[in-house]
Amino acid sequence: MDPTKIMQATEAAAASAATGSLISLFTVFLLAIFVGYYVVWNVTSALHSPLMSVTNAISSVIIVGALIAAGPTDVNFSKIMGFLAVVLASVNIFGGFIVSQRMLQMFRKKG
Amino acid sequence: MSEDLTGLAYLMAAICFILALRGLSSPETARRGNVTGMIGMAIAIGTTLASPYVLSYTWIIAGILVGGTIGTVTAVKIQMTALPQLVAAFHSLVGLAAVFVATATLFAPDAYGIGAVGSILTASLVELSIGTFIGAITFTGSIVAFAKLQGLVSGAPLVFPGQHLLNAVLGISAIALITWFSATESYQAYWLIVALALVLGFLIILPIGGADMPVVVSMLNSYSGWAACGIGFTLGNTLLIITGALVGSSGAILSYIMCKGMNRSFFNVILGGFGAEEGVAATTQGDKTVRQGSAEDASFIMQNAGKVIIVPGYGMAVAQAQHALREMTDVLKAAGVKISYAIHPVAGRMPGHMNVLLAEANVPYDEVFELEEINHEFSTADVVYVIGANDVTNPAAKTDPNSPIYGMPILDVEKAQTVLFVKRGMASGYAGVDNELFFRDNTMMLFGDAKKMTEEILQSLN
Repeated sequence: MDPTKIMQATEAAAASAATGSLISLFTVFLLAIFVGYYVVWNVTSALHSPLMSVTNAISSVIIVGALIAAGPTDVNFSKIMGFLAVVLASVNIFGGFIVSQRMLQMFRKKG
Repeated sequence: MSEDLTGLAYLMAAICFILALRGLSSPETARRGNVTGMIGMAIAIGTTLASPYVLSYTWIIAGILVGGTIGTVTAVKIQMTALPQLVAAFHSLVGLAAVFVATATLFAPDAYGIGAVGSILTASLVELSIGTFIGAITFTGSIVAFAKLQGLVSGAPLVFPGQHLLNAVLGISAIALITWFSATESYQAYWLIVALALVLGFLIILPIGGADMPVVVSMLNSYSGWAACGIGFTLGNTLLIITGALVGSSGAILSYIMCKGMNRSFFNVILGGFGAEEGVAATTQGDKTVRQGSAEDASFIMQNAGKVIIVPGYGMAVAQAQHALREMTDVLKAAGVKISYAIHPVAGRMPGHMNVLLAEANVPYDEVFELEEINHEFSTADVVYVIGANDVTNPAAKTDPNSPIYGMPILDVEKAQTVLFVKRGMASGYAGVDNELFFRDNTMMLFGDAKKMTEEILQSLN
């Protein structure tokens, strides 16, 4: 096969993946909302504060996007934005998990 | 690392996060759950660092070190009473990080495989602008919430004429801007979206009063999740989508629980201004008299009681009275008095606030009960010790249809033999409503700071 044909085939595949993936991403999104709904209703109300700090920590998984932005070797605007996002998300990850652990350590039974 | 392997690792991380939330269903499993969450985060970060997109590590390591140090020091030093503002501050960071990531994506789309500058897929542009919009609202909204909780600005609702109209106009403009941006990939439109969302974040939270903060903090928690979702859609990253959806629905459920605890609709809280209007049903008490007592009286009454229920509220948090309270109950317990604690869903400034403070003071969690669990027990209690709570005990919520708090579920403290109210003065609660309980024959008012009064009672008990 000549290179232009391969290029065209790859582009077509990428395009179909992009359009097809929107539906599959949406599927994942909706299913995750259901999982979240059932899991969170099971959380005991005494632990609602730790729930907030844990969810706050895990929402910093946005660091994944930040790492990719901060990843290239060339320094440009995007890399700086990525770097700043890495700093912010790290504050949250460390802060969120540690403060949750501190809170959870305090919940003890009688005696 | 191959695409498939990366995808699998991200899936593992997502499962860890689900298990982390699952662990919170009971205090015994919660600590392990939190550790599972940490493992999930480590997997997510490690996988991304091993991906072919990340070539240079210096900046990344520096960023994680700086951020990690700040986060660790803050989390270790923070006082438990300052927890609500800490969580608000953390939410603002997630929001801002989402804006930064969206911006980075816009200026270097090829790194994420969603097209080149000038020809980013339209779907990606829509997702990106929604992600950045929610992120920016979360950022400024959380800053306002932080400032109110920290006492930097007044907790009173800030309302001005035309407020809702202005918000509506800004909201519609945002939709127009997002459409413009998605059609043209114009940077100008992008920055306008960010600016508008920043303003909107301020405007949405400013009119909401201090005691509605449990709802606000939960709502911003939810927003930070949806922002992560938006970015996840842009990047085609399922881990971000799953996690964002978990966080988003968690915050939404908490908001719902808080609203139900006040018998108010979500929109009623969001539209704000509660507590700003003059109490209609109030100020009719006239010359009724209250029975005032001293710490000695209180200690005498409680010492001779068989069953005492403690009702803590925000006032206990402000006065940091939880440790003194636990010492007081220890002495009572040693004297054979049965002690339990009753927590109203909206007590404090964030969901579960009172539970954490009591846990901090080493109150065993099996002595602490929610409204539905304990409400029927007030009729058999000899003494109720209300410390720093007011509106959540007001019988007007059941009897007076004109009262602003009518319909709110309350703790039936009036059914107990004796009600001891620790209060700084006769001021009405947050809702601006007089509490008729103060004037009842079986009520004794203990005027003073919650901590000082509790310490004085403890002294006279000894």
